[in-house]
Order: sequence, then structure tokens, then C-alpha cells
Amino acid sequence: MTILVGRDTKLMTIGVTGKQGTFHTLQCRDYGTNVVGGVTPGKGGTTHEGIPVYNTIKDCIEATGANAAMVFVPPPFAADSILECIDSNIPLIIAITEGIPINDMVKVKSALKSSKSRLIGPNCPGIITPGECKIGIMPGHIHMPGRVGVISRSGTLTYEAVYQLTQREIGQSTCVGIGGDPVNGTNFIDCLELFEKDPDTDAVIMIGEIGGNAETDAARWIKKNMTKPVVSFIAGASAPAGKRMGHAGAIISGGDDTAEAKYKILQECGVTIARSPAELGEKVAEVLK
Amino acid sequence: MNVHEYQAKDLMRDAGISVLSGGIAKSGDEAVTVAKKLGGSIWVVKAQIHAGGRGKGGGVKVAKSLDEVKKFADEMMGMTLVTHQTGPEGKVVNTIFVEQGCDIDHEYYVGIVLDRDTSKITMMASREGGVEIEEIAKESPEKIIKVAIDPAVGYNAYVGRKLGFGIGLKGDTLKSAMKFFEGLYNMYIDKDCSIAEINPLVTTKAGDVVALDAKLNFDDNALYRHPEIEKLRDVTEESAQELEAGKHGLSYISLDGNIGCLVNGAGLAMGTLDIIKIHGGEPANFLDVGGGATKETVQKAFEIILQDTNVKAILVNIFGGIMKCDIIAEGVIAAAKELSLKVPLVVRLEGTNVNLGKKILEESGLAITPAGDLADAAKKVVAAAKGEA
Repeated sequence: MTILVGRDTKLMTIGVTGKQGTFHTLQCRDYGTNVVGGVTPGKGGTTHEGIPVYNTIKDCIEATGANAAMVFVPPPFAADSILECIDSNIPLIIAITEGIPINDMVKVKSALKSSKSRLIGPNCPGIITPGECKIGIMPGHIHMPGRVGVISRSGTLTYEAVYQLTQREIGQSTCVGIGGDPVNGTNFIDCLELFEKDPDTDAVIMIGEIGGNAETDAARWIKKNMTKPVVSFIAGASAPAGKRMGHAGAIISGGDDTAEAKYKILQECGVTIARSPAELGEKVAEVLK
Repeated sequence: MNVHEYQAKDLMRDAGISVLSGGIAKSGDEAVTVAKKLGGSIWVVKAQIHAGGRGKGGGVKVAKSLDEVKKFADEMMGMTLVTHQTGPEGKVVNTIFVEQGCDIDHEYYVGIVLDRDTSKITMMASREGGVEIEEIAKESPEKIIKVAIDPAVGYNAYVGRKLGFGIGLKGDTLKSAMKFFEGLYNMYIDKDCSIAEINPLVTTKAGDVVALDAKLNFDDNALYRHPEIEKLRDVTEESAQELEAGKHGLSYISLDGNIGCLVNGAGLAMGTLDIIKIHGGEPANFLDVGGGATKETVQKAFEIILQDTNVKAILVNIFGGIMKCDIIAEGVIAAAKELSLKVPLVVRLEGTNVNLGKKILEESGLAITPAGDLADAAKKVVAAAKGEA
């Protein structure tokens, strides 16, 4: 067993007939993910690349038994799609879309609280349990089944970490991209808790960024609750204050959200620090010894 | 996106939020015309730049005569204003805002921002206005009253009462302040602000509540639904390269070093800057080409990087996911040829179609230094920038 997704996952794509939606849905299916359906309002009843298309998320769930949704809807309509997923009680929503207005996500976050759904993202690469199920845009071939969990705010930096692990023949249990936005559905602590409980995960890599308190909150949680080793890198040690480095969440606003401040607290809480992104694989190999 | 104080106040006035009357000018004479129209005997002359701390830098002056209005406006127009938020290079003043004076009784702070810990829009107010709110937050956080607003419930009168009583207001002043808070919150939501900061909000001797300064930031992701805000963009306040990059879907930020960087993904781009520093180099920029880059956008990225004459070497670091390495390789070659690239180029490719990408680079006959892993790439580009390669 691994976390959140695996062989039992039945995926539907929201925005399945769009260019990106089509390409990545097929990539997921090629990887071995059980893609059961898709949703594009107005195209219900048709079949797209062998995938049955429905008008509403509810129709798709009822017809296919889908239990996870991948959202590929453009930013102006993405929050609406996530809210429809929540309304349909789908257990897992993965929102890949980048550029959703913050105020839209504030509403989504509020709706999530009293719901049966978990949201991963938005603005994230998705989630993969190597060898079993890939939901998202990550290159499947760099992954390898194994026993290290990966959690990250960044996309390509996650690939970098995974690649370093695979090069050393250290496989991954599940890799979760939680996204680079200031409001997201699932945070570091949620994932750490799942990895701590997962008997098939031995260690965790946590890749953070400058901005916000997510990493320091996670550090304190780790100190209190985590028995498995955690290795962490924080991107943006060289970033100047007040400049937003691509991700809406990656901006230093106060004094406590710099990489240095985060490293300090992580270290105090017993997390193994990788100061260079090139050291992630090496540090994991060390903690697994 | 940022706007000027006078633009922020125009938006607030339109939303029924209490601000003073004022107008803009481009010269001392124009400033006098504005002042005459406003009437009264006291005016405030304010330099309009996208940065705080203007008062300390000489960008805000109280004029007690029309002669002074002219003098101050003439002095400010075209001056380079340096504040703690502009950086040492400062910003050139292109617009002057002339505002009515007022008789200040007390200065307060009011702000609205997303609280990332709760994912709720949060209103803040403090009796200690007119100073750096970060200082108060650090030294005496109890002096800042905070109310988180549940999006499902929205704004209710208690929010204004909590803030107003919290900062010690009463009677008619409290009522005016409550109207102000509600108006500001509604505007924050209606216009998709990312920051609304009124520092100071003042009470006047006449008992009015009015915004003396106003800083509004807008969520770039929501500008598509606010063409009226997009129109307020002052391109002279933004870096030409950053704007140009944005038009091509690139995210570029200029830095002080001499190593140009072209990376895919914000996190990896930050990580690349970090590892360059670890190996003793100084990055010249942050550049994320995004996930959907084409040959053309890669070329454009090179153009933008090379506009910075400090650049002594360039590192291309691509981890292909959606992005295919062969596309990047073609873009790199096209750019190197078209721009007759003279600085050393280190390229590290990994991920989707990596072998094809490497082959294209090898067969190009260009002097490209290939790098194996991330650390190798950083070492090689740092050496190249020092002229050691």
C-alpha cells in the first residue's frame, strides 16, 4: 500500500477534450493509470480517444465509478470545476491548472473544509505511485517503485530529486506535488502524516521554497510526530526579498520565511538538510543506512 | 500588479471609500493649477512611484502656499527617489499628486491581505499608524487587531466593530471607520486585490475618517477579469525585460551577478540560482521558461538574458517533463547562431528526449559545454564566468 493513489484508482479528467487535457490523460493511461472517463460540458455522450465523455462530473462518477479527478480546465473556470468535484463527493481531486486567482482558491478552500474531498494542487505536477498510477504531468519514466516518499511545492525540482533517487536505485513509494500557490488543498503536514502511517514508506523528501510558513509548521509537526527520517531542501536561498520567483507563493515578505530561517527550524526539529539541490539523493542514501 | 497612490485613491473614491480630493500634475505650473482648483490654504505634494517610504526620501511635502506647491513639484518632478523599497538605484518620479491638506488628529493602520496559514482574507488595524507595520508586528503584535473573514459568511458589521473598538474609536468616528472598513473589504474582493494597505488612515480634528496614503496590489492571475485595472499599469515602473519576458510566457527577474540562467520550472530555477551561489558564482537572473516553451520562446529567453551586459556565461538547465529536450536543444542552437553568442554556454539536459537533445547539440558544431548533473553544471558555468574554462 502507498498513499492516496494506486492500483484501485479510477481516474477521470475534467477538461479531457482540450489539448493539454488530452495529451496528459493519454500519457497517464500509457503509464498504466486506469482512466475511466472524462468531462467536457456539451460533449457528453461522445467518446474521445477511447475515453467516454460526460457533461457533468456526477454523470461521469455514476457511469464509471471514478474515484479521482484530474483538473485540466483553464484558470478562469478551474475553481468552478474543483467546486463541482467537491459537490460530487469525489474523494481525490488533482488540480494541475496554473494561474487560478487567489480569491477563487480562498472559496475552494472553504468549501473543502466541510467536504468529503481532498484536493492536491493547484499549480502542481500531480501525484504518482511509481509502477501503479500516475495522475499529472510528470515524466513517468524517471520514477522507480520503492520506499521513499516525496513531497514538493515545485514541479521540475521534484523531477530532479526523483531522478537522483532513481540513479542511486532508491525507489519511491509515492511522489506528491502540492503546488506553488499560496492557497492549496493539501499541505506538507497532510502528506507527512500519510507517509508516517504508510508501512511501505521508510523515509521522506520534503522540497520547500521561500515564502510562507508551510515548511516551518511541517518541521514542528515532524519533531512531535514523525519517526521516519525526513530530508529537506528549500529553494530560493539566493532570492532577494520582495521579488516573486515565478510561483505566486515564492516571495519573501517578512523575516521568517527566508530559506535560512526555514533551514534553521528544520534542523532544530531533527530534519536532515540538503543545502544544495544536487545533494538530495545522497542525503536520502545516508539516512537510509 | 502595482498601481500609484493617486490611482488607488481614484478606485477607492469610486467605491465610496473616504479619501481626500486631489489631482495629478507633470510640472510645477500644473501642480499650481491643481492646487487652485482644490482650494484651501494647505496642500500635500507627493511623488508618485511604486514604492513606500517616500516621505523619508523627500517625496512627500506639505506646502503652505501656491509658491511652495510649485517649488516642491518642480523639485520632485524627474528626481530619482531612493527609499528602503526602491533599492539603491532609486526610481525616477514622472508624476506628482497634489492633495488637499487635512488637520490630523491621530494616525492608524489598516490592511487587508491573505493569511496563508488560515487561507482566509484577513483585515488588520492598529492604533500605531504611519510607521512600519512590520516593526509593530515583530515588537508588539498585540497592538494589531486581526479579523479573518470566512468567504462563506462574507463581511458582517461585527468585523468593523471589532477593528474599530479595537483601535480605540467611538461615536461617529467609529461609524465612519466601520463604513470605511466595509468599503475597503468589498473593493478588495470586487477588484481582486492581493494587498490593500492604508497607512496611515487618519481621524481629523473635524471627526472625519480618511485615507492619507493608499497602497493597492492586484492579483496578476485575476487581471483577465479586470481590464479597468490592467489599464492602470504604468510600464515605466516595471523592468522592460520583465515585461518583455511576460509577453512571451517567460518569468524573468534581473539580479546583480554575471551568470545568465535559463531553466524550466520556478522551483528548479530557484534551485539553480542557489547551487550557482554554493559554487561561488553570482546569478545574473532568474528565468523560468515555463512548461510550454517552444523553439521561439527559448530564443527570446536568450535575447532577454543577453540584454544584460554583465552576463559573462550562460547556464541552460532543463529537466524535461512536458518540455522536450530536443525542442530546447533546437532553440539553444537557433539562438546561439542568430545572436552570434560570444559568452560561454553550459547546457545540462535531463528528462524527456534527453538523448535526442544531446545529439542535436553535439552535431551543431557550436562551442557548447555539456554538463552531466546539476553540481557539474554549476561548477562549469562558475568557472566559465571567471574565464577559467
